[in-house]
Parts: sequence; structure tokens; C-alpha cells
Amino acid sequence: MADLSSNFVGIKSPNPFWLASAPPTDKEYNVRRAFEAGWGGVVWKTLGEEGPPIVNVNGPRYGAIWGADRRLLGLNNIELITDRPLEVNLREIKAVKRDYPDRAVVVSIMVPCEEAAWKAILPRVEETGADGIELNFGCPHGMSERGMGAAVGQVPEYIEMVARWCKANTRMPVIVKLTPNITDIRKPARAAKAGGADAVSLINTISSITGVDLDSFSPLPSIDGKGSHGGYCGPAVKPIALNMVAEIARDSETAGLPISGIGGVTTWRDAAEFLALGAGNVQVCTAAMTYGFKIVQEMISGLSQWMDERGHDSVAGIVGRAVPNVTDWQYLNLNYVTKARIDQEACIKCGRCFAACEDTSHQAITMSPDRVFEVQDDECVACNLCVDVCPVEGCITMEQLEPGVVDPRTGRTVSADYANWTTHPNNPMARAAE
Amino acid sequence: MANSQMTRGIVSGRLPAETIARNFSDLHAPLDAHEAAVASDRCYFCHDAPCMTACPTSIDIPLFIRQIQTGTPEAAARTIFEQNILGGMCARVCPTETLCEEVCVREVAEGKPVEIGRLQRFATDTLMAQGAHPFARGASTGKRVAVVGGGPAGLSCAHRLAMKGHDVVVYDAGPKAGGLNEFGIASYKSVGGFAQAEVEWLLQIGGIDVRLGEALGSGLTLEALRKDFDAVFLGIGLAGVNALRAEGEDRGGVRDAVDFIAELRQSKDLTTLPIGRNVVVIGGGMTAVDAAVQSKLLGAENVTIVYRRGRERMGASEFEQDLAASKGVRILYNAMPVAVHDGEIELEYTVETAGSLKGTGERFRLAADQVFKAIGQVLAGAPSGVRIEGGKISVSGDGRTSVDGVWAGGDCASGGDDLTVTAVAEGRDAAEDIHRALIG
Repeated sequence: MADLSSNFVGIKSPNPFWLASAPPTDKEYNVRRAFEAGWGGVVWKTLGEEGPPIVNVNGPRYGAIWGADRRLLGLNNIELITDRPLEVNLREIKAVKRDYPDRAVVVSIMVPCEEAAWKAILPRVEETGADGIELNFGCPHGMSERGMGAAVGQVPEYIEMVARWCKANTRMPVIVKLTPNITDIRKPARAAKAGGADAVSLINTISSITGVDLDSFSPLPSIDGKGSHGGYCGPAVKPIALNMVAEIARDSETAGLPISGIGGVTTWRDAAEFLALGAGNVQVCTAAMTYGFKIVQEMISGLSQWMDERGHDSVAGIVGRAVPNVTDWQYLNLNYVTKARIDQEACIKCGRCFAACEDTSHQAITMSPDRVFEVQDDECVACNLCVDVCPVEGCITMEQLEPGVVDPRTGRTVSADYANWTTHPNNPMARAAE
Repeated sequence: MANSQMTRGIVSGRLPAETIARNFSDLHAPLDAHEAAVASDRCYFCHDAPCMTACPTSIDIPLFIRQIQTGTPEAAARTIFEQNILGGMCARVCPTETLCEEVCVREVAEGKPVEIGRLQRFATDTLMAQGAHPFARGASTGKRVAVVGGGPAGLSCAHRLAMKGHDVVVYDAGPKAGGLNEFGIASYKSVGGFAQAEVEWLLQIGGIDVRLGEALGSGLTLEALRKDFDAVFLGIGLAGVNALRAEGEDRGGVRDAVDFIAELRQSKDLTTLPIGRNVVVIGGGMTAVDAAVQSKLLGAENVTIVYRRGRERMGASEFEQDLAASKGVRILYNAMPVAVHDGEIELEYTVETAGSLKGTGERFRLAADQVFKAIGQVLAGAPSGVRIEGGKISVSGDGRTSVDGVWAGGDCASGGDDLTVTAVAEGRDAAEDIHRALIG
């Protein structure tokens, strides 16, 4: 059986599945239940500085969007950092870590952008026996209006500065949590590295409004007829998170910087994808909030089965395996030619491929009176839309044309050679062939 | 109440009132909003959808399901009613398992179709419960059309004509309009007086005058109607029944199934409706199943459907046959009646070779204090001068008969398949043709 144990910046956990800093990790009761269910670690919900705790709204904190059968696809929240006293959280963290020494307990922190504030809190967190800290520079709502959270994460100089303060004031590993509400995710990652951070974690939530109440015209979630943007997470954000993780993993300036992958991890497969794109472990929130802590059992069994089947014997061995394959568009092989293929046995004749291709693409699928759908290779540009809209997985696939075969659409013989845009004759910037 | 299922003869009150009430409740309970949301999510919104093609009224099923899915069942109902003004009844009585749901791609893929019939009922019930009628009558054309027969074909025709602004008079022989919707459909498919409620709702369009107790041959003649109106539509159904041609057919206890069903539908108190202890239904169509199942639900101890051919030839759908079986009705295939005796029916096994049916000579008897004949209805009372073909009024295209200015549709006309939904389609299409003929 595959070894799922994880060592992330020296923090050990029996598996790479951590619960992200969020409502599920706000208190001892939940965290104990999570550990009993099998979670490898938690990032405790963000602590603020000493003093009166922050307050939350007393109306809805979450909004959502759904897919078919009301499957939750995206969740938005306007909850702030912990609203419980600092001492209570610290006491509970200490108790949990004492009882679960093999699990990772990382503490998320957000205090004002002054060194004194960080200096004050770090020893107290360290005293709990926690394994590390995560700097919450990502929260996009509420706290950012007070100069914290994403307000820090959007300014690379601040990230570097605070990371440096933390490294100077604690022996615990420092993970910087990044906000995706920024143009180029590599900039804050580079700043975190420059400040001496041990790792980055991403993504935090994305600024969002989940909907509008069409009777009251209030944004959702609605607080007395008004709404404020919240932070969006869940399956819908996974592709955005994957790209940002990959961008950092393949950036020469941050290459090798450990990454804790966050954003829509719902199944073992999602987790494996984050690992492959360079994440050393993953953090989960929405899936647990949707289905409860038990989902970790599927994540563990699924990842384990896949690793066994593919001969991957450690988590570390998977990390970054897809990173070399992430490239820029200009380097994609233009001599790679595929055509859609419809498995007539699997086809249930819904005709969605036809509608999609006929109405919105390249008129490359024909429909017979008895509802047989066939790809016309001379029109098919291999856009993949038919694959994407087909309700039967595996019914439509993309088949590569072998070198030497003539592509009926272009009339050109498929070449075995790799050729990309940088050398294409239509590219005015192309280097002269020689 | 002294009677039970075992009481000999034909008596009422075989079952307690509560049991009868439960037996005759909705066959398919209506979907609630949550169930409708779950069911509508399963629709793939197929291109040129097979369900739509299979629907005799060509309802845009993917569109109406999407409208339910997006929280606008009223818009969904409008989509349905634009094609089929009796979409509420059709949602209840259509054999969807042999029409839209049979060809649903999810039936093909998973053996579990989208529940189109129940979703249609959800939409139509939602709109009808609001009491409003979704269509307005067009500006008056001054043209007058007579519709003979207030069943599904006639009502559908009348409504479409009224929409176009014509003045319509519907003549119906019965004491109520609705035709087979009111008198001929199994009670558990149309509970709560739905048929009459639907007629009243349909008539809200205005411009339709319903005259009851008037029929061709009793007060009406085609000649007079042609003289008084600009066009005539015949939707007179099949008023006659086939004879059993078995000895003893005239004995007491032998009865037409359609009469029994009509009496049952009109009964105010089913505990007073007499039914035999041993009931035999002769026939293989929907009427046979409706009569047999309802006999069982009234408390008959033994109910047997006797059909002269094999199962695959039976007119009732597989769903209907299974329904009968689940209610405890026995279906006997390849047997035909020979004679009705006192308390018994004598039957003979049959064999079908090269399409022709004959007795094997082997005879047997079943206890039968009541025998229902459900061996098909026939055209009766068609006006002379109208060409008849294969026992039905001959029509071409959009229901034109051999007589100028006279259209026909529904069960009485050639070409249909004796379904409510087909009658609705034919009535609608004839109305469109009448409109073209009158307005040009």
C-alpha cells in the first residue's frame, strides 16, 4: 500500500489532506472530530490580536451556486476571522496538539501590519506546541477594509516585510497564504520567498457576489437588503487555483518553494492534480463543509489506490510531476492533429454534440434522420466542445492523426516533427527557417 | 355493511369506504416542487429531441422542462398548452411509456426516462391552480363553426378556433362535455373532478357556446349545420360497441365495459356501485384493463382479462398490463368466449397461424357472475353523405372529410390511434385548416 505520509516544510502528517483555515477549524470540538475522521492536519481558523474579538454579521454568512441536482459548485462567505477570544483558541490548540501529536496543527494568524503586533502573538502561538503558522494575507472581505488580509496580500512589499518579521520572531515554519485577487500570482509568491517564508499556500477565496435577489434587488448573501462581496471557493474555483499553483511552481524565481494547494479540492483526484502541479500537500474546506469530515476517507482510499495502481510509492514522488508539462501557448505543438471520434455504441443520441458544433462551432458533426451523429474530418478543428458537452463520459474522444496521414481539413500531411508558433510562417516574429 | 369480497353475485359495498377511497386515489401522485426540481434536472435538453418527435401534439418537451428547472412552471405550462390545450389531462392519461418516455435518451441509456408525464402535470397543474387562462381570444372574425362532440378532439378544435376569433358552438350528446375524459378514463387517472374543471378552464377563452344533449340524429342534421355555420367539425367518437358473438350474450350480468366505466366515473359514492364476485373482462385494450382494474379496486374477488391473442398483440401497453397484474388481475391470453352460462363463462383456447385466429377445440369454464365486453368501439351515428373508410370517417390531410366544409378528427376519423393526445392534435390541426379555409 502506498505511503501517504507527508512532510511539508518539516511538518509531518499521516496524509497530505489538511483542513484549511476556515469555519471547520474554528474550535477544538470540530478539530477533534476532524482528526477522528482521519484528516492529516488542520490550519486553525485565523487568530487576531489580543483584545475584544471581531464580530460577525448575524444574518447569512454564505451564498452558493449549484449544478444539477443542487450539487454545490461554489460557496461564498463573508465570515471574518475567529470571533472567539485569543486565549480560548490558544488553550484549545494546545489541548488538541497534545492529544494528536501525529497530526499537523498549523495556526493561521492575521494581525495589523506592525512588527509589534506580530512580535506579541508569535510567542503565544509557539507556546501551544503548534507545528507552524500560516499568514492570512488572503481574506478578501471585511478584514481587508481594515488593512489586513488581502490588503496585505495585494502588496508584495508588505508580504515580504511581514514574512521577514515572522521569520525573525519565531522558530516555527512560516507559510504565507496568498490571495488570488491579484493580476500576477508570481509577484506575491516571489515576495514571500524573498521575506524568507518557508512556503506559500493558495488560493484564498476569490472576491465574489453569488447572486441577486430579484425581488429585493439585494446582492446575495443578503444582510438586511444589502450585500458585500465575499470570498468564493469550492469546485468552481479549482481550475483557477490549479493554474496559480502551476505558475508559481514553474516560475524560475520561486521554483522549489513549497506550496500548499488550496481551492476546490473535493475528491482524491483533485488532490492528486494539485500535487502533480507542484503542491506538497492540499488543504480542503468546501468539500468538508458540504459533505462533512468523512470525505477524507474517500480521499485517502482513492489516492492510495491510484498510487498503488501507478506504482507511485510516496506522496513526495508525485509532487510536481506535471510541472514540466506546463508551458506557454507559443510552445504548443502545432503539428499535433486530432479529430473527434464518436463511439456509436456508447452514444445515447441526445444530439448535444450536434447542436454545439452546428450552432456555435465548426459544423463538423452531421445528423442523420435516425439520429446517428458523425464527425466530418474535413471540418473538425478538434476544438473538443463536443467532448465537453456530451453527457456520456468517454463517448466522444479525440484521436490523434498519425504522421503521414493527410488532414482532410487542411489537405496537409501530418508531420511527425514538433513545430510551434515561434517558427510558424504566419508569425511575423518567426525566426527565419535555417 | 354485510357484503365482502366473498359475497356471491353482483353487489355493492364489498370493501370498506376507506379502502375504496384509497384504491381510487391518484395513480401517480403529483410531484411537489422539490421532486419536480430533481426530476427536471435529469433532462439533457436534447437537440431535436426524440420525446418531442414522439409526442402526437409535438410539445416542446426539453423547453418546458428547462422552464420548470429555472423556476417558471407557468411558462412551461404555456409551452405545453400552445401545442396541447388538454395538456393537463394528457399528462395524466397519456401512455407516456410508449410515447415520449419510451424514446427519452435516458430510457435508452439507463432504463430510466425523465418523468416527462409527471413534469407536464406539475407545470399544467401549477398554472391551472392559478385559475387564469393563458390565452386571449383573437378579434372576432364573424365566422361561425359548429363542433359536434365535446370530447378531446372537439374541445381542442373549439379552443383553437376561439383563439382565432371564430364563434364556436359545441354540441354534445351527453349531460356533460369532456367525452371520454369525463366518461371513459379510469377513475384513478383523473381524480378530483379534473375533467370538468379542465373543460371549464378551457372555456375561459370565451367564444365557445356548449349545448348539451344534442347529437346528430337527435335534433341535429349535418345539412342544417352546414347551412347555419361556416364550417362543421365532427368529433363524435365511437359511440357503438362490438358484439361478443357468443351464446348467452344477452344474459344479465353481461355488459359493455364502457358503460360500466362511465357509470363508475359518474358515481358519487363508489360503495354503492355493484360489482361481481367473479368478473371476466373480454378484450385486450386499455378499456379492458381499466374495467378489470377498477373491478378489482371495487372489491371483486377474482378478475380475469380474457384476450384472444398473445401478449405481444395486446393493445394495452406493457405498463397497463403490469398495472393490472399488480392489482391482482389475471390476464389470460389466447382464449376466446364461446358462451355465457349462469354464473360461468365458457372459453376456448385459440391459436394464431399466419394472422388468422382459430379455436383449438379445448374448452374450459371460469366462474363469472359479471362479464364486461371490451372488444372495441365502433363508429355509430355518422351522418350520411360523409364517406366512411375502414369503419371510420375518411379524412385527408388536416381532417377534411369528403364533404365540403366538413372536417373530422379524433377516434371517429381515419388515421388516428385512439389516444386522447392524438384526438387533441387532430382537433387542433383541423381548426388551423378551418381557419385557413375561412380566412384564406
